[in-house]
Amino acid sequence: MSHELTPRMWLTAFLGIARRETLRFVNQRGRFLAALVRPLVWLFIFAAGFRAVLGLSITPPYQTYVLYEVYVTPGLVAMIQLFNGMQSSLSMVYDRETGAMRTLLVSPFPRWFLLASKLVAGVIVSIIQVYTFLAIAWFWDVEPPLIGYLTVLPALVLSGLMLGAMGLFLSSAIRQLENFAGVMNFVIFPMFFASTALYPLWRMRESSTLLHDICAVNPFTHAVELIRFALYGKLDLLSFSVVTGCLILFFGAAVFMYDPAKGLWARRKGGL
Amino acid sequence: MLQDALSIQNVSHNFGRFEALKNVSLTVPRGSFTALLGINGAGKTTLFSLVTRLYDNASGRIEVAGHDLRRAPGAALARLGVVFQSRSLDTDLTVAQNLAYHAALHGISRREAMTRATEVMAMVGLSDRLQAKVSALSGGQQRRAEIARALIHRPEILLLDEATVGLDVKSRAEVVELTRDLTRSGVSALWATHIMDEIRPEDGLVILHKGQVLADGSAQDITAGGDLTRTFLRLTGENT
Repeated sequence: MSHELTPRMWLTAFLGIARRETLRFVNQRGRFLAALVRPLVWLFIFAAGFRAVLGLSITPPYQTYVLYEVYVTPGLVAMIQLFNGMQSSLSMVYDRETGAMRTLLVSPFPRWFLLASKLVAGVIVSIIQVYTFLAIAWFWDVEPPLIGYLTVLPALVLSGLMLGAMGLFLSSAIRQLENFAGVMNFVIFPMFFASTALYPLWRMRESSTLLHDICAVNPFTHAVELIRFALYGKLDLLSFSVVTGCLILFFGAAVFMYDPAKGLWARRKGGL
Repeated sequence: MLQDALSIQNVSHNFGRFEALKNVSLTVPRGSFTALLGINGAGKTTLFSLVTRLYDNASGRIEVAGHDLRRAPGAALARLGVVFQSRSLDTDLTVAQNLAYHAALHGISRREAMTRATEVMAMVGLSDRLQAKVSALSGGQQRRAEIARALIHRPEILLLDEATVGLDVKSRAEVVELTRDLTRSGVSALWATHIMDEIRPEDGLVILHKGQVLADGSAQDITAGGDLTRTFLRLTGENT
């Protein structure tokens, strides 16, 4: 038998991993609903309440005053991707606990490729969720230009990859599912709230310069802004650079951590 | 001359200060059924984790069908079929979907995977369960389905880590017999176990204890035709 991995075999492996992720997603309909209900609750209830109390001045990329629902939508889109990234991370930890992870890692393909395939498969699932959310939001008067639905796609791919890579990295450091509550409290919630998902940066500065600075360096802020600008057919170069840089950093760290020779698991009994 | 299906030479592994494996060497000849016998904690799973590259073998040399695991991990792993100690089928999916996923991880197309899935499920006696959800299978059937999965990419050697744990007596005997039958068709098997009655005199036998190989040969030669339990207790000093 030849041991050369041909391009066709690489493609087959990627499609196999993507198919499995999609099948799991389809089989877990509750997961799809939960992923949609969360941002919709924020849009329908939270945003409606905040519309009355939170005034927004004209902030790029908007060229006029916008409803709070319109402002918050890119943040909720990024929230879907953030939670999807964490869901993938959770499923990696679950796979490790059940032993399914080993099936993946004893494949003859290099580990970076297996992790990247899993990452891309997760992003595909998150993009389906995002477009479903945007379709529902349309009926709630969130109507970006039609071209925005197309131009936001590359931004969703990039931000989804970055947030998914962060999830992969976190999954490599979490030993048990029980530790995941800590990730929610110490990573997800601070990332989401200390960002421009819910309020613009200038609003933060009014209340706390320190909070403003934290928000400005938060990678999630840049994922939100990348999506916000792309939804209006524009590119925010700073956000693009930060999200790309963080993607490289998080994915590199995840590959390092899952490396049998170097990673955190290399010398731990029980291992992967 | 044909290379051994598996060759492990002078492999050691530590967890911190704990020496899990100490200079372990063993070979699995082609087409043989070799039992790796040791009590819990002997180092069997650590050894399997090194051979499957879940851990890095920093010392010594591991070759699968002549392919060095460090230098050519892809070629070596392509020739390994593994049944892990803990069950690892995805219970949300059907057996066919699990097999197709595993085949894809070896670069085998979906169409080819389905043809092979039918073959390997017939080999393990589960032809009628291909489209069943894994959660609908009994423990013994799940183990056999895992063996089918391990065979789908046509490996040269099967590693089975305590594959009968949790099975009833009948299922256990069936799984051991199935693996022996496979070795008659040319696949080699390294069978890690702590259960003496799974080993026959004609089997290859490696006794691993506290991370060290105490005996390596045929079960017949190691026991000198006597009782395996007594031989094991004598060699390991566990009877004192």
